[in-house]
Amino acid sequence: MTRFVRAYGARPLHLLALLASFGLTGYVALRVVQAPHWLAIAAWFVGAAVAHDLVLYPLYALADQLAQRFARSFAPLPVPWLNYVRIPALLSGLLLLLWFPLITGLAEPGYRAASGLSTAPFLGRWLLVAGVAFAISAVSYALRLRQVSRALRVPDAGPAPARRSGGPRSPR
Amino acid sequence: MTSVLGALLLVGVPVLFGTGLLSYAAYEPRLGSNNPNPGAGLLGFYLFRWPTSPSWLYRLTQGTHVLLGLTLAPILLAKLWSVLPKLFEWPPVRSAAHLLERASLLLLVGGAVFEFGTGILNIANFYPWPFSFYDAHLYGAWVFIGAFAVHVALKLPRMLAALRGRSLRRELRVPLAQTRPEPPDPDGLVAATPAAPTLSRRGFLASVGLAAVTVLGLSAGQVLGPLRSTALLAPRGRRYGSGPNDFQVNRTAATAGVIEPAGNADWRLELVGPTSRSLSRADLLAMPLHTESLPIACVEGWSVQRTWTGVRLRDLARLAGAATPGGVLVESLERAGAFGQATLSGAQLRDPRSLLALRVNGADLSLDHGFPARVIVPAAPGVHNTKWVNRMSFR
Repeated sequence: MTRFVRAYGARPLHLLALLASFGLTGYVALRVVQAPHWLAIAAWFVGAAVAHDLVLYPLYALADQLAQRFARSFAPLPVPWLNYVRIPALLSGLLLLLWFPLITGLAEPGYRAASGLSTAPFLGRWLLVAGVAFAISAVSYALRLRQVSRALRVPDAGPAPARRSGGPRSPR
Repeated sequence: MTSVLGALLLVGVPVLFGTGLLSYAAYEPRLGSNNPNPGAGLLGFYLFRWPTSPSWLYRLTQGTHVLLGLTLAPILLAKLWSVLPKLFEWPPVRSAAHLLERASLLLLVGGAVFEFGTGILNIANFYPWPFSFYDAHLYGAWVFIGAFAVHVALKLPRMLAALRGRSLRRELRVPLAQTRPEPPDPDGLVAATPAAPTLSRRGFLASVGLAAVTVLGLSAGQVLGPLRSTALLAPRGRRYGSGPNDFQVNRTAATAGVIEPAGNADWRLELVGPTSRSLSRADLLAMPLHTESLPIACVEGWSVQRTWTGVRLRDLARLAGAATPGGVLVESLERAGAFGQATLSGAQLRDPRSLLALRVNGADLSLDHGFPARVIVPAAPGVHNTKWVNRMSFR
């Protein structure tokens, strides 16, 4: 047993489970190669992993890094604004990712053939939803700012406010 | 965090898979040329006779499949985001076990993105590929579920330990200022030198939850009848003017190329059986008419309840001399396209609620909804409710 673990790197059950799963995949592969355009199916399958891992993820990781760097370039604010931009941006980006064929009109031929309608309204609808998300975020930022600045002002009579240093995001 | 998202997917993905398998069964692939996946082989081992009761069965299973898939999309993306640094771990392969596991993860991630991707592009009617969606989505599902099952088997103990390690209720009270990095874990998932946090754990969960609820909220109208217009960003939240024919169209008369023959007064319905017949719309309207409230539910996830008036399919069978019909091949004026015809089972044919509908909500069917006559069968997927019917062959 320990010799197996040393040679393989895990318990036998690990190998068995993986082989069972590969067996199923192998059977599916046998069916797929009989389907028309099977090579395109396989390419799309691998492409899906590559597109997510090596394109989509680096893109949003980079966007987030840039936003964080930009946020740090400001003098410390009583309420850091980063998340008040990041979250509505994330929401709008997600909706764009899910519905880009409708929003950009790429799906126009297929959508019109199926429904008899145009994709034209979707861009406006997406912009509306994104606008509402950013507006809600802006209002909650303003409310939070007022709350914090009140808390800072109340002890004005006494010594300088001590809360700032422990504030939500002090750059280190 | 990974474990919370993983637990949500652990519940959701099997439901997606199960409802997907049910949808395949609902197509009654063993009848006539119904099978959208003729090469599925053993993957259709579980197929069974699809029932006609309850009439909302397909509406429920397929509405769940599509809406749950959309709702889980942000959760899947967040889960992948939380584990993605592992893709670049070093050394890339530590042992044979590690190599096999990483190969399985390629199937898992490829399968997940492929299934969600093809599903969502399909409901947006966007087909940037040459293959059949039915082939791709079915085969992809089996590869995905195989890799998913083995991933769950290998990681479930780790997930449960992580979930037990932190009280969710306590964690939801921790603000950003008190958010500390995870302690190092045996999988090496935790960053060795984490940056200062910019979001608390509760903030992260709230953001992902908000994203999921937003996607659901902007799509659910597709199944909610009068609230359809609330589905602002889903493809089938649109209105078709007002009145009885204001509901989703899945293939227009123009696309099907049937505007002329379907609108023609010379239209006849051919009944093929021991005593073949040819009936005009007036002949049909002179037969005993029945009115049933039945949903129409599409594989793309939308559904709507309507009141249909028409002739019972079993009455038409009797007229054609088929006393105990075992099924019927329904052909449309539309010759091209995968669903220009459908075979209905004996059970579907004999159900008294199965109609050849002539009217919907009291008005004549519109051309886009199948005038002069369309099939409506309880619990059948939308594409089997053949529009612009011109021939029914009983067997």
